[in-house]
Amino acid sequence: MTSRAWLLTDTPSSRGQAAWGRRYRAWLLFRANGLAFAGLITVLILIVASLAAPLLTAQDPNAQHLANRLAFPSAQHWFGTDELGRDLYARILYGGRITLGMVVAVVGMVAPVGLIVGCVAGYLGGRADRLLMRVTDVFLAFPRLILALAFVAALRPGISSAIFAIALTAWPPYARLARADTLTIRNADFIAAVRLTGAAAPRIVLRHVMPLAVSSVIVRVTLDMSGIILTAAGLGFLGMGAQPPMPEWGTMIAATRGYILEQWWVPTIPGIAIFIAALAFNLLGDGLRDILDPKQR
Amino acid sequence: MTAPLVEMAGLRVAFATPTGVSEAVRGVSLTLGQEKLGIVGESGSGKSLTARAILRLLPRTARLHADRLAFDGIDILTASERAMRRIRGRRAGLILQDPKFSLNPVMTIGAQIAEAWRDHTKGSRRTAREAVVALLDQVRIRDPGRVAGLYPHELSGGMGQRVMIAMMLAPDPELLIADEPTSALDATVQAEILRLIEDLVSRRGMGLILISHDLPLVGHFCDRVMVMYAGKVLEELPAGELARARHPYTRGLLACLPSLTHPRAPLATLSRDPAWAA
Amino acid sequence: MIEVEDLRVRFGQTEAVRGVSFEVAEGASFGIVGESGSGKSTVLRALSGLNPDWTGHMRVAGLTLGRRRGRAFFRRVQMVFQDPYGSLHPRQTVDRALSEPLLVHGLGDIDRRVERALIEVALPPEARFRYPHQLSGGQRQRVAIARALMAEPGVLLLDEPTSALDVSVQAEVLNLLADLQLRRGLTYVLVSHNLPVVAHLCPLIGVMQNGEMVEQIGFEDLRAGRTRHPHTAELRALSVELEEAG
Repeated sequence: MTSRAWLLTDTPSSRGQAAWGRRYRAWLLFRANGLAFAGLITVLILIVASLAAPLLTAQDPNAQHLANRLAFPSAQHWFGTDELGRDLYARILYGGRITLGMVVAVVGMVAPVGLIVGCVAGYLGGRADRLLMRVTDVFLAFPRLILALAFVAALRPGISSAIFAIALTAWPPYARLARADTLTIRNADFIAAVRLTGAAAPRIVLRHVMPLAVSSVIVRVTLDMSGIILTAAGLGFLGMGAQPPMPEWGTMIAATRGYILEQWWVPTIPGIAIFIAALAFNLLGDGLRDILDPKQR
Repeated sequence: MTAPLVEMAGLRVAFATPTGVSEAVRGVSLTLGQEKLGIVGESGSGKSLTARAILRLLPRTARLHADRLAFDGIDILTASERAMRRIRGRRAGLILQDPKFSLNPVMTIGAQIAEAWRDHTKGSRRTAREAVVALLDQVRIRDPGRVAGLYPHELSGGMGQRVMIAMMLAPDPELLIADEPTSALDATVQAEILRLIEDLVSRRGMGLILISHDLPLVGHFCDRVMVMYAGKVLEELPAGELARARHPYTRGLLACLPSLTHPRAPLATLSRDPAWAA
Repeated sequence: MIEVEDLRVRFGQTEAVRGVSFEVAEGASFGIVGESGSGKSTVLRALSGLNPDWTGHMRVAGLTLGRRRGRAFFRRVQMVFQDPYGSLHPRQTVDRALSEPLLVHGLGDIDRRVERALIEVALPPEARFRYPHQLSGGQRQRVAIARALMAEPGVLLLDEPTSALDVSVQAEVLNLLADLQLRRGLTYVLVSHNLPVVAHLCPLIGVMQNGEMVEQIGFEDLRAGRTRHPHTAELRALSVELEEAG
């Protein structure tokens, strides 16, 4: 049996086969959406390029060649050089690690926390729900950049502070989303059926409610990634996030914004990188929403 | 001899799926005059699609083909969307199963009926209000003036359905299509609503297509019954002759019902002959 | 087996169930029929433990039931719901859904039990790893019944088990339920708005209206028209009227 036939069979013979079959069908649906697929490919290229930076360029992103500053793109420096003569191409590649790394770190912290808080609040209801939601509201009320500034003032400027600041303000929407999904599911008959087995609440929330709430969170996360990239870049731009000489894309723009009129490529290229990353994540998120939306299943 | 209200020959409705084309309606023909036709079938038989095809109210992914499909002589297959809009609502009405989903939850009943009425009969606001009360009275709602000010969520299922009927009758149509209009209602209310529909249809000289999964119900309230299975019509017969139905599927459907007067244990089950779906 | 005495359930201001009492012997079937809003499903939900806000007395197998039910209760009493799609987790295969009760109760031999359950409800083995959206309504309901029987309960509470099914499928499911009762000696409490369905499976029927059980009648009396309460007569008349027309 070919693998495609194995995946699409009507009569799977194991749970694994059934699960893979479902994922494969979702993948086929996703692939049919051209823009979303392009988004996925772009995201993958960005990630691979950042990780494989040493393989893609021999230049040191921090090596300064003051004699060759602000050079136009050439065969030797594909994107030109910045105000300290550093190769822009290398800086973009290595900078990708920082920017994308920050995004992944934020999401990795924020999504599980939001999911758990939302599902627990939604399922338990009553006082636990009210308490958790008020806590959520408090964090939701903080404007992200201001909080970042406050953190940076309290701690020291740097990537960790930026990540922390973004994470602290980014988790509430996921909690709300997970809670909303949980409320819809909570009164469904299949949850009642599980309650009738005598299962304890943690088991029900973990194994029955959360798998259903995950979809919305995944979609939202992907769509938010572009926002997080922009915020990280914004913080870098304000000097609150990655500090020079780190090649974080936002910091790069901040440091060279004065050159926009004459050596326009120096601040613009990191800007384009941010734009492409944000757009790719948005398209990917849109595509994921189309296949994960329960109404369409 | 006036033209029949609906002429349908060789209707086919198909959907494109990732695994090919799937035909939901496969060659259905019917003619309807000023009479009550019941279309009966189980889920997936294509009965709803058949009726909606008359008004070209199919999902966007559906492909419609027919040798002939006409409403009062107007060719539905080639009619413009504008022509269809003049037919829908004004000359032919559609009642669906759950009034909760068919009524606008943020408008009062009176406002919605008035809108339906004014859409097709240009009148002032005051005449609209009078027309609304008259219509609610016709569907036997007590205290129509008060009900006109209520919102859909404040109505019971039965009252919601009466309001739907009033809305559909506001423009004085010639054809009424009722798609499972009482399936969501209790037995007591069900009978009242169907009697109401029956009464209004006869008095106004309208044609009625009643779609249902309930064979005895349709047999009781319609003149003719059409039995559908897997997109085709298996049998068509006058309602009074249901007990003498000849097709094994129809007989099977009647036999498998639990009965108070003729108890049978175990219940007869339907063995589906693949030839019926051929 | 089941004794319910003066059950009252209140939702906010309204009393949905007002002093309902009935008894069901072991191995017997008790039907509760009524229109929407009569409180019949609420009675079942209170009995099953899904709704803890009730007053009155309830006993199953001699043990008095409290607000909270333990796992031992859920091994004894199970429920089958109305909407076959809503009662199965959309992301879990049939196999997973059937294994869950076994896992929770710590019963072993899962593979064999699941296979046996599928055979018992006449589901083909191919259905075992399918998802609910790949099954028909009748098949889903069979899964729901199989799931209810996994932990080998003695009592099955059935909340409109066939109302969402086509009539031909309904006949099959009703036959299956009758069969299972005979084979396993189950006690049923069946709730439905459909009188012929209830009368088919249940020799004793309780008629509910507006939260009260207005009459308890045996099916012979019901058939013959020896009803006492006007609502029972009304419901009976509606069913008979349709039957005679066909």
